[in-house]
Amino acid sequence: MMRGWQSAVASAVLGLALWQGVVWAYDLPRFILPGPVLVAETMWKSRALIAEHTLITATEVLIGLVLGAVLGGLSAIGLAASPMARSLVKPLLVFSQAIPVFALAPILTLWLGYGLGSKIAMAVIIIYFPVTSSFFDALMRTNPDWLGLARVMGARPARIMWHIRIPAALPGFASGLRLAAVYAPIGAIIGEWVGASKGLGYLMLLANGRAKIDLMFAALIVLAIFTILLHVAVGKLAEKLFERA
Amino acid sequence: MTIAPALHLDGAASFDGVPVFAGVSLDVPAGQWTCLLGSSGVGKSTVLKLFAGLDAGVEFDGALGASDGPLAGQVALMAQDDLLLPWLSVTENVLLGARLRGTRPDHARAQSVLARVGLTDKADRRPGELSGGQRQRVALARTLMEDRPVVLLDEPFSALDARTRAQMQELTAEVLTGRTVLLVTHEPAEAARLGHSIKVMTETGLIDVTPPPGDIPRPVDDPAVLRVQTSLLAQLREDANARD
Repeated sequence: MMRGWQSAVASAVLGLALWQGVVWAYDLPRFILPGPVLVAETMWKSRALIAEHTLITATEVLIGLVLGAVLGGLSAIGLAASPMARSLVKPLLVFSQAIPVFALAPILTLWLGYGLGSKIAMAVIIIYFPVTSSFFDALMRTNPDWLGLARVMGARPARIMWHIRIPAALPGFASGLRLAAVYAPIGAIIGEWVGASKGLGYLMLLANGRAKIDLMFAALIVLAIFTILLHVAVGKLAEKLFERA
Repeated sequence: MTIAPALHLDGAASFDGVPVFAGVSLDVPAGQWTCLLGSSGVGKSTVLKLFAGLDAGVEFDGALGASDGPLAGQVALMAQDDLLLPWLSVTENVLLGARLRGTRPDHARAQSVLARVGLTDKADRRPGELSGGQRQRVALARTLMEDRPVVLLDEPFSALDARTRAQMQELTAEVLTGRTVLLVTHEPAEAARLGHSIKVMTETGLIDVTPPPGDIPRPVDDPAVLRVQTSLLAQLREDANARD
């Protein structure tokens, strides 16, 4: 058995080989599918440009992630605390999931402009539901005997929430956050596609329009690496914070 | 601790329209151990839940309470599952009541309570690091920390191995002396060891059984205890036959 990082390296090599193989086998021109070597060269040559746009996208994603986690966390607690809120808001939440997030991007750009705001909003919207629902489900699954014990001890609902239900549900919150780390970049990129003058999504569209497919691929790969690193970092952080016991 | 009250329950309970028990009249004498013995599904845990005020979904038709007024705030509960919170240390679990009520935790008393159940050296451990018997001793310490005159025990020893169970029965009997204790169990041996009074709960109501002589915890191998244990078992089997 290969260890985690070894198999990651091996499958990356396999992927690159397949990619180069396809380019050679079909003799594809560089404006259709550039090979990995060319993309790597472009990535190096345009590193300053790519870094600048990565920084923008990363900022959008991180702010969106923090806001989405806070909003989702608070919503889940509110829903779990109040049956009234559940009956009023939950159907609305489920209905909102029937609206494709992509369709909202132009409206958000119209309302919030071409800057960071509309991209952060997209990231927040796209992660809000997974964070809320996985934390909410965990909050509703508290061991009923713990709740009984707490009631016999004379605890009020708010204190039961704070000292038992929330700590017991933190692993659920953590798994929501790990999903969010993968979804948040999607939100930010869609936002950049619809209207932006900065960011990796914008850079990809720009490169595509100028037939600089190598640059587009370079931006795409940087985005993918960023997303993977974010997912791992959020996973580690969540484990450290929430999965004690 | 205030003077322990007597408890009484008189009535019928149903869940979702299905009767759980009918026509039960139970008196739990003050300051003593009462064992409520019965097979699974006979509604003995429901009796305990009613006293604990955890009767969610149960419709109770009748009267229940303590001899000195309302039960709320007078009761501590200990169940088969130790219900320790895995993210808190042993000491923090023992102090859970104060944490949940937002009152000042009495660390000195928590220490003495832990010493009483023999867990001083485990005070900073997490429940996950303890054995089943040790965890149940933490649950007992948490129950003692609550210092309530009425203690409800819902088969607290049934998940333990025989030796640990015997030790826990002795320790619990010792530390809960003077309180009104209602122990729900399906173990005839346990009832014969621990009951100042013993009631067998059957389909048709409660049967009073004369307990063996002597104070509790009675020796496991005492002939009188064994005799009562045998007759309790016979009664349970009779009830089961009547239901089949």
